[in-house]
Amino acid sequence: MSFISIQDVFFSYDEVEEGKPVRNAVDGVSLDIERGEFVAVIGHNGCGKSTLAKQLNAMLLPDSGKVIVDGDDTSVEEKTFDIREKVGLVLQNPDNQLVASIVEEDVAFGPENLGVAPDEIRRRVDEALKAVDMYEYRTHAPFKLSGGQKQRIAIAGILAIRPQCIVLDEPTAMLDPSGREEVISTLLRLNREQQMTVVLITHFMDEAVLADRVVVMDSGRIVTQGTPETVFSQVELLKRHRLDVPQSAELAYKLRGCGLKIDKIPLTQEDCVAMLEEAMR
Amino acid sequence: MNCVLELKNLGFVYGKGTPFEKRAVDNVSLTIKRGEFIGVIGHTGSGKSTLMQMLNGLMRPGEGQVLLDGRDIWEQPKKIREVRFKVGMVFQYPEYQLFEETVYRDIAFGAKNKGLEGDALDKAVRDAADFTGLKPALLDKSPFDLSGGEKRRAAIAGVIAMNPEVLVLDEPTAGLDPMGREVLLSQITRYHKECHNTVLLVSHSMEDIARVADRIIVMNKGKLAMFEPTKEVFRRGDELSRYGLKVPQITNIMQALRRRGFDVPEGVLTVDEAFDALLPLLQKEGKLW
Repeated sequence: MSFISIQDVFFSYDEVEEGKPVRNAVDGVSLDIERGEFVAVIGHNGCGKSTLAKQLNAMLLPDSGKVIVDGDDTSVEEKTFDIREKVGLVLQNPDNQLVASIVEEDVAFGPENLGVAPDEIRRRVDEALKAVDMYEYRTHAPFKLSGGQKQRIAIAGILAIRPQCIVLDEPTAMLDPSGREEVISTLLRLNREQQMTVVLITHFMDEAVLADRVVVMDSGRIVTQGTPETVFSQVELLKRHRLDVPQSAELAYKLRGCGLKIDKIPLTQEDCVAMLEEAMR
Repeated sequence: MNCVLELKNLGFVYGKGTPFEKRAVDNVSLTIKRGEFIGVIGHTGSGKSTLMQMLNGLMRPGEGQVLLDGRDIWEQPKKIREVRFKVGMVFQYPEYQLFEETVYRDIAFGAKNKGLEGDALDKAVRDAADFTGLKPALLDKSPFDLSGGEKRRAAIAGVIAMNPEVLVLDEPTAGLDPMGREVLLSQITRYHKECHNTVLLVSHSMEDIARVADRIIVMNKGKLAMFEPTKEVFRRGDELSRYGLKVPQITNIMQALRRRGFDVPEGVLTVDEAFDALLPLLQKEGKLW
């Protein structure tokens, strides 16, 4: 069985009132996420992707349908804490997620609350800070760090709980280009080296390109999903859903429209240069 | 030269005389011409926000001067409020600043304080709503019933309604989906074209800046690292990456092709430009219909 299994989930924020049509934020989603997978979820503002993310660790519970995490149903109250230990959530604004005035204390907050023994906390904090490459900042004050650094501290705080999966809701929206790169390369490293399951919700198509699988959502439903290659070749479909493709893919798509033969839509800069070089030789 | 803003040796130090002393802006001098569209880029902590906040007197420079229409904005500190009507500032995530009972009243707030009333006020509100793409039907609603994107438009409209000579926008597209970014950017461009007002756009998105800016201010560690036309700035990709910044993907692709000996222009900034440049080359090779 998959690590996370979302089974026909419906969810609405509206109170059910008579005569008022209910709009479902999540409107019948089924999705399986495998252990060690890197899944990107894209979709326009209000498409339901954040609501879906909050279903993954029982922050929100489905109105109908089920979310099963590692064999446990999120709607079973006794399992809530187990599930939150397995699936950690990182949000958009790093300033809203940091609680302590010293970096290492902030990272220790999670395991402390779980009643982990002090020497084990020490070990976990050091390990988590090293994993996000922030170990040398362990005695700094979080408010004096850059956005990218703060977001990595937030990720370390989740890692110290030793989850099997991290869900990130637009973690780079407020960061500058190098901050974005720091966060994304940290995620890739965790995924590739520690087989961490990563679910990344993003508006940046160049980040989604790096995932194993891309899921496209609109109006609370999954519109399409597949490898980045298959998803981002569907330029028109994406634009119809208020999304975009990386510039390299857009250029290739436009040239193909003029008759250029392209076998595979290039998703990265390097692929695009190689493709154009080939075409013009 | 008709310049609207002139910065002379501007400097600012946070926590001066304390152990936390930090120089945020260091000896910045530059001149912005009336009607220019200026992009402002720089990594987090590079000083761009501090610089922007000195433009309308929210922060008083520790060193140097800000001249607006040739006059030091701090010449008469008691009149600093007037400067804030002339230099309109839209902060990051402005949707959290809405507070009035209706969208209309929220948009009208600044213009009303500026002294507009009656028909002139009504026109200013409606024009501003139109520029930001807010439907008239939304004006009577509570701002809290709007979607996130609409709230942001309403907040921007509130600043535009004051008809500021200079409009400063700090990351107006952050957190919006690709289409939302696109629409908001084109509305800002339209506002700039039709009102001929000066616009300063702070953004982390190099693609956005590349599309709209005439010239770019690049800040690095509190200093003015570059202030050049857009093409010139993005031609210096290596330098930008030293400042923790990037060049749009499309600019890099075309640059790589140039290095490999293909005859494509330098400083291509958008996919459309790249497409136009490649079309004749591919046609020559007989690769197109």
